[in-house]
Amino acid sequence: MVTTFKINEMDVSAGEGETILDVARQHHIHVPTLCHLEGLTPVGACRLCLVEVKGSAALVPACVTRAAEGMEISTDSERLQRYRRMIVEMLFAEGNHICAVCVSNGHCELQALAGDLGMTHSRLGFLYRQKRIDASHYRFAIDHNRCVLCTRCVRVCDEIEGAHTWDVMGRGIQSQVITDLAQPWGSSSTCTNCGKCINACPTGALFKKSKAVGEMEKDTHFLGYIRTMREVK
Amino acid sequence: MELEELNRIAADERAAQEQYRHRLLVCQAAGCLSAGSDKVRDALEDDIKKAGKHRLCLVKGVGCMGLCGSGPLVLLEPDNVLYQGVAAADAPEIVEHLDKQPVRHLRCPTDTPFFRRQVKIVLENSGRIDPERIEDYIAAGGYRALLKVLTELMPIGVINELTRSGLRGRGGAGYPTGLKLSTVAKAPGSPKYVVCNGDEGDPGAFMDRSVMEGDPHRILEGMAIAAYAVGAAHGYIYVRAEYPLAVERLNKAIRQAQKLGCLGPQILGTTFSFNVEVRLGAGAFVCGEETALIASIEGQRGQPRPRPPYPAMKGLWGCPTLINNVETFANIPAILRNGSEWFASIGTARSKGTKVFALSGKVKNIGLIEVPMGITLEEIIFGIGGGIPDGGRFKAVQTGGPSGGCIPEEHLDTRVDYESLRELGSIMGSGGMIVMDDESSMVEVARYFMEFCMTESCGKCVPCRVGTVQLYDLLTRFSQRSATRLDLERLESLCEMVRATSLCGLGQSAPNPVLSTLRYFRQEYLERMTDYDPRRAEEEAADGHDV
Repeated sequence: MVTTFKINEMDVSAGEGETILDVARQHHIHVPTLCHLEGLTPVGACRLCLVEVKGSAALVPACVTRAAEGMEISTDSERLQRYRRMIVEMLFAEGNHICAVCVSNGHCELQALAGDLGMTHSRLGFLYRQKRIDASHYRFAIDHNRCVLCTRCVRVCDEIEGAHTWDVMGRGIQSQVITDLAQPWGSSSTCTNCGKCINACPTGALFKKSKAVGEMEKDTHFLGYIRTMREVK
Repeated sequence: MELEELNRIAADERAAQEQYRHRLLVCQAAGCLSAGSDKVRDALEDDIKKAGKHRLCLVKGVGCMGLCGSGPLVLLEPDNVLYQGVAAADAPEIVEHLDKQPVRHLRCPTDTPFFRRQVKIVLENSGRIDPERIEDYIAAGGYRALLKVLTELMPIGVINELTRSGLRGRGGAGYPTGLKLSTVAKAPGSPKYVVCNGDEGDPGAFMDRSVMEGDPHRILEGMAIAAYAVGAAHGYIYVRAEYPLAVERLNKAIRQAQKLGCLGPQILGTTFSFNVEVRLGAGAFVCGEETALIASIEGQRGQPRPRPPYPAMKGLWGCPTLINNVETFANIPAILRNGSEWFASIGTARSKGTKVFALSGKVKNIGLIEVPMGITLEEIIFGIGGGIPDGGRFKAVQTGGPSGGCIPEEHLDTRVDYESLRELGSIMGSGGMIVMDDESSMVEVARYFMEFCMTESCGKCVPCRVGTVQLYDLLTRFSQRSATRLDLERLESLCEMVRATSLCGLGQSAPNPVLSTLRYFRQEYLERMTDYDPRRAEEEAADGHDV
């Protein structure tokens, strides 16, 4: 069923299964995202794509919400921008993000978000948590200091590669992504060394060992390609 | 099975119990058990045998009698004499006095407001029947409502009856139960499931625990009626593993009900089939959130997902699922048995029936109470609760656990219903009610609940995972009296943001304890700021600035 509605006062329409985010992107309306990645099941976890619906007090995540007929959606109110900046500040305060020494410097989605949202510093207290690096894999490594727990690696490994090497362990601030049952990545018996997680990762948390500062560019276009080829048959 | 057979079981059971001249009902629920009521029961049985009175006196284990703070409790029937604080050593004296005047020093008066002002629906059998015997439940009128529903009503008739009754979800949010049933009944897809949420986890809450431990068949009957109404053939009761006794009694109840044909294939001789399984929670508070609970039953990591789709449309394994709280299901048999008009006659215009509260903290009568909706907080705390002990002064009452708020003295005249409590910045919640006296620091209360939310956050969405830690750190500064004016601003803006942007109810309501204490006890926060100047604050207040 096709519905027609408004985004930022522009008349738009959504087809069966299309979310508010899909439609916004079709019309080049920028809605920031982090945990969302085209081709993976959306989870609505980062809360950056929250948008306002006229007449409703609750904000809705654009990545998982289908617009109802006649809805009036606003994507960049002052309030939304304020919340989004706070979310990004929270992520910077939670991890240990030091762009100057990061392999993804200049190619990082978190860094780009901070720039777009005009974040110059975090007003929140940094948590300086001790986090580990697992470099036991022969080609790849994970630096948990840079992980934002978007779970894109978990989903790409499960849904596209079918290996389900990655998962999440612990709860709350103690959560972290793990390989197999929290075993060193290099000893994983399920990992196929495909590298999809590396490309799906929005930050420098997952990277190829051969890369130096600023050299780790991610390529997520393969996801659309794989999906198309699988559907063509 | 037909009505005659249920009646026969009931009559046999009553006759078997009434052949004893005395019946000693010993509480075997968690509170009294922790005070040694199992030993009291054994001692009573031994001493009765020793005294040769075992043909005269029956000793029966029952569920919660309510006055948990005075346990172990023993009720002598038919004389209706309640003994409190009974130890195993008191058994000979109680047995000796069976035919004489009651033991004076153990006697607990039952003509007090605690007993008189309660109205019992959900707890009507609790403390009266043996939760481990289905015959006792049937003798108390059990499974009659299910039989009536299956033989006299169409599913839509059940839904209409529940809608007319005005019953709302007792898990805390107060969603109309009839509407939920109707949505699941109409939702396309099959099979359909019925899930009972027994993952009670609020600090200071033990309502559902008492119902599961004291009257488990009531929940099964309520679930079976609901399953008939929505067209489900399978149900789950999700109980936290920290309630081993509840799990044991529920499993026992399920086996007994299956054996008698009250659950399983062709229930009570009709074509309706329904089975129930118990699923254990592994200790995560967030699994009380319905989508997380469903994920947990499915064997996934217990974390919430965005709604819609609601479980009524897509729940367990993507199928339409009716999910309700223990207390909600426990109300259903009584409503079908006594009629919706009866139920709707209790309570206020928009909140019908009764609510079970776990009364704890600085209050004389600690325990489990059931009160009609619309009763004032004052009647609960000072009437039923008996007021503040040791000459203390009332300061605030906390309702709704980590999702609720603190209500101060000036609002004690508030009537208990979903809307009034929400207006005060708290919520009805599942029924935890913690009374605090003037020795409690409200900043510490807020900090305690924030710590709870921080450790129980699942970590999926950023505002709850990181926001609760930031809020906790800020509250710690207030607690250590090292906070500044800037910290207060941050605290307020963070509360607003976490509430508006979190994925599930846990995060959305986590700021409530902070916001409600800021609303009613702001001075306590201000006094803990290093740059707080009362004179300047007064001048600014006079100029119309917010401090």
